[in-house]
Amino acid sequence: MKELVTCKNLTKQYGSKLALNNINLSLEPGKIIGLLGPNGSGKTTLIKILNQLTFPTSGEVLIAGNPLSVTTKSLISYLPDRMYLGNWMHVSDALDFFSDFYTDFDRSRAQDMLSKLNIRLSDTIRAMSKGTKEKLQLILVMSRRAALYCLDEPIAGVDPAARDYILSTILNNYAPDAAILISTHLISDIENILDEVIFIRDGAIVLQSSVDDLRIQNGKSVDHVFREVFKC
Amino acid sequence: MAWNLTSDRPIYIQLVEKLQLDIITGSYRLGEKLPSVRDLASEAAVNPNTMQKALTELERSGLVYTQRTAGRFVTDDPALIRSIRRDLAASHIRDFIRTMRQFDMSDDEILHLIEEIMKEEIE
Repeated sequence: MKELVTCKNLTKQYGSKLALNNINLSLEPGKIIGLLGPNGSGKTTLIKILNQLTFPTSGEVLIAGNPLSVTTKSLISYLPDRMYLGNWMHVSDALDFFSDFYTDFDRSRAQDMLSKLNIRLSDTIRAMSKGTKEKLQLILVMSRRAALYCLDEPIAGVDPAARDYILSTILNNYAPDAAILISTHLISDIENILDEVIFIRDGAIVLQSSVDDLRIQNGKSVDHVFREVFKC
Repeated sequence: MAWNLTSDRPIYIQLVEKLQLDIITGSYRLGEKLPSVRDLASEAAVNPNTMQKALTELERSGLVYTQRTAGRFVTDDPALIRSIRRDLAASHIRDFIRTMRQFDMSDDEILHLIEEIMKEEIE
């Protein structure tokens, strides 16, 4: 199968701190991949590099064969780990933004999902709860027809019912030939929807495996294996 | 409501078991059309790839078959369902016997106890 993401000898240094240490990685289309690691292990740094919010110190990244560029930005739909829409915005402003920026944004799909949640176009972001903001951002991001979705901590800090909504929205909206990279440390909530997991520690990849293989080999959940590998 | 899945065994195997049970117990009837992979995956709250893998596994056993354009159907062969029901029952009984032997029960004791309890259940 053709590789969607390829990282070769990828290293990122912040001053003297090594955030990513010579990472080699390949991701295939059509899969949901969990990027799992403790705080400070390099998950967000890797995702930021894929989205060109920070740049590698050395090494190479290819997205569907293209070096990082405007082209690759158009292929990736990115959910950051923080709110990035202005507080002053109305929902309709956010929709306008996405329509302007992304040619692959399916506005009617987004509006459909928003109306099911009773989020009105005239609602302002300032007045939304944390859970509603998370859902709004996710709906925007998942309404693009991208080749790769990078979701950085999509379920952190929301209640279990909102988590279920977020997970089902991810499942129902990704195209079969797209890949989803989800970073999280809330593994037990998410492991049933993952095809593959990557364990990352101190900027290095400890393990990359299919979830089923991991369960067969260990007779344990991914969550359990994670706790053993990353025992403090 | 998502299907009840445990996290220590491969998910696709648990999906196969659940669908098998649904077919054997008649939740899906002989020859009935199954929902799409996406709908089943969404109902179970699992990845469509995993559901696809489970359905492929069921196709291999013959319990489910695909008609090129029309979709996926439950087998219309009652003998096949009977035989799979028998296999499943046998495997449960094997587990049961293993546990009873761990309790140090003799085969006679096991059989007697089963008969006794079956009578109680009838009354």
